[in-house]
Amino acid sequence: MLSLQGIAVSPGVAIGEAFVVDHEGFRIPRRFVPQDAVEYEIERLQRALDAAAAELEQNRQRIDAQLGSQYGAIFSAHLRMLQDPQLVEKLHELIRTRHYSPEYAVSTTLREYAEAFEQLPGHVLPERAHDIYDIERRILRQLLGRRREELSHLDSPAVILAHDLTPGETAQLDPEKTLAFVTEVGGVGGHTAILAKAKEIPAVVGTGRFLHEVAGGDLVIVDGDHGHVIIDPDAATLERYERERKQHQALFQQFEQLRELPAETADGVRIELAANIEFPHEVRAARRRAAAGVGLYRTEFLYLASDEEPTEEDHYRAYAQVVEAMEGRPVVIRTLDLGADKLGRAPADGEEEANPFLGLRSIRLSLKNIDGFRVQLRAILRASALGPVQVMFPMIATLGELRRAKMVLADAMEDLDEQGIHYDRRIPVGMMVEVPSSAVLIERFLEEVDFVSIGTNDLVQYMLAVDRANREVAELYQATDPSVLVMIDRVVRAAEAAGKPVSVCGQMSSEPGQALLLLGLGIRRLSMPPVNIPEIKAVTRRVRCDECRSLAERALQMDLAREVNALLREELRRILPDLVNHHPTSPDTP
Amino acid sequence: MSDRVVRRTVTVRNAQGIHARPADLLAKTASQFDATIWIERQGERIDAKSILSLLTLAAVEGTRLEICAEGTDAEEAVAKVAELIERGFDEADADSPSPTDSSPPQHRPGSIR
Repeated sequence: MLSLQGIAVSPGVAIGEAFVVDHEGFRIPRRFVPQDAVEYEIERLQRALDAAAAELEQNRQRIDAQLGSQYGAIFSAHLRMLQDPQLVEKLHELIRTRHYSPEYAVSTTLREYAEAFEQLPGHVLPERAHDIYDIERRILRQLLGRRREELSHLDSPAVILAHDLTPGETAQLDPEKTLAFVTEVGGVGGHTAILAKAKEIPAVVGTGRFLHEVAGGDLVIVDGDHGHVIIDPDAATLERYERERKQHQALFQQFEQLRELPAETADGVRIELAANIEFPHEVRAARRRAAAGVGLYRTEFLYLASDEEPTEEDHYRAYAQVVEAMEGRPVVIRTLDLGADKLGRAPADGEEEANPFLGLRSIRLSLKNIDGFRVQLRAILRASALGPVQVMFPMIATLGELRRAKMVLADAMEDLDEQGIHYDRRIPVGMMVEVPSSAVLIERFLEEVDFVSIGTNDLVQYMLAVDRANREVAELYQATDPSVLVMIDRVVRAAEAAGKPVSVCGQMSSEPGQALLLLGLGIRRLSMPPVNIPEIKAVTRRVRCDECRSLAERALQMDLAREVNALLREELRRILPDLVNHHPTSPDTP
Repeated sequence: MSDRVVRRTVTVRNAQGIHARPADLLAKTASQFDATIWIERQGERIDAKSILSLLTLAAVEGTRLEICAEGTDAEEAVAKVAELIERGFDEADADSPSPTDSSPPQHRPGSIR
């Protein structure tokens, strides 16, 4: 039994067989070869070793030429490791006597070496473990070819264990076949985490390295509520989790029964609970949870799905489907919010950005690629003829950006007018408040938009200067930091004074304790993944507004996120004891 | 043809011990001989032609090792290997760590993501 602690990013408990996707996406199944294929497999291994050696030799020569032979020597050592007689003998033995497939033999043997290195004293030799992993990958690449295992082609339900999953890969996961997933890296609020929630697949990320200790087919428990991952559990643990899984289902069934009841506080104040969605088909989940509308329709999937820039029709079809399915409920469509890196369309010179989160992304990218931006805006406008659509610009940092974005929108409107194409002339135009600069000057921004939505994930990240996906600093990422609360408070007051709607569409909306805090700060519109709506509705229906207000007032006076978290826990325990038992780590989870 | 085991005790001299480059050199040298060559340290016995085994020795400066060989060219093998270790692998010593023990230089400016 192996227990891991990661970051819980998508709730639910799953128990199933492991499907291991390695560092470079290689699946290393515990596979065996028949007796009569042994010689063939040994030959195949030898060819892979020779090819990997040739590749290393090329690298060595290149580095020698570029940087001098002392650097090339690294590859010379790698080369010798690859051809190490002990290693080769061991691989042959595993294939010959234990009938391991070459892939499995390579992976097991080299990982044993790597682990042995990691145990060595000092710091220089343990570092050599990286070399071993590098050699392992080189050989596997030769054995398996370059193709990455197709996650979309899982043949039976499994728990996916991977070093990392790209948003594109997460998008491909079939919820019917994917019981849960666990990644070694990643953090809360990353795109992968958002997609997992959207697909309602339990997920834990940022566990640190563990893949070398698992084999495909091992039994795995994933606790997406608390971030626990247990590999090869003992009977008692398995039984405990089976029980927990049943309780989890029961609690959520109980929440689902609130579907027909209004989202309002115990003292009768209406709270609008809307859905964050990514894919058109999620609109069904939103309707099932009785979402008041779509508070955030992310459009990135259109760009991630293919290498080609989406056409106006691609956009329009995706938007029309959602607007029609929502049957008159508002749909807020956010324009492209991705970095150039994620699009695989790096700037022309091919240089990687040193700081992509401070780089060319989101509205900045749209404003650089006006043609593509206009295509998206035209499609949004056309969809507005079908129902109440609102358009929202992400990552606005300056008034200049907002005005330029609005100008492109006005251009697109003019074009449509000329062509006699219908759209909603009074389409509400809003912006995300997620860069601190826009919160500081919020009064001026409010004069130029119809609504604002606070994107707490990025706001927290930019305010506290913390990369939430970086394990080393993830704990510093605290949405409840008083500086963040003061900022939200400021935005809410300014919006109230201006008479313009303000909503929150970040992670905070879906954390029960933090949602109470937002209500206390005066927020009346929350947008969250559909899966969280029933739970937040349950919380909302049990509190009074004045309780939330005094909670927020106390939190605003505190100095530390830790103090705020303790306060929220205490308050939740008082209001909703059954829920706190279910969320023992929330809202402290980074 | 001699099946006698040739032995010689040496001390690791170079400041960084048997790290990647010395292990590479040592395995390379040993591999040039037909004899079976191994290194003993406190009852532990490893194949001198295996770089991976040499690295797991984690022999630091001052470690005493026994070089052993058996086979036709055992004498010469032990002499060559022992000499290499005693020469400190010709490492220009200690002050600047050998680049062999860091990854190839990468330009990776501070990145928030």
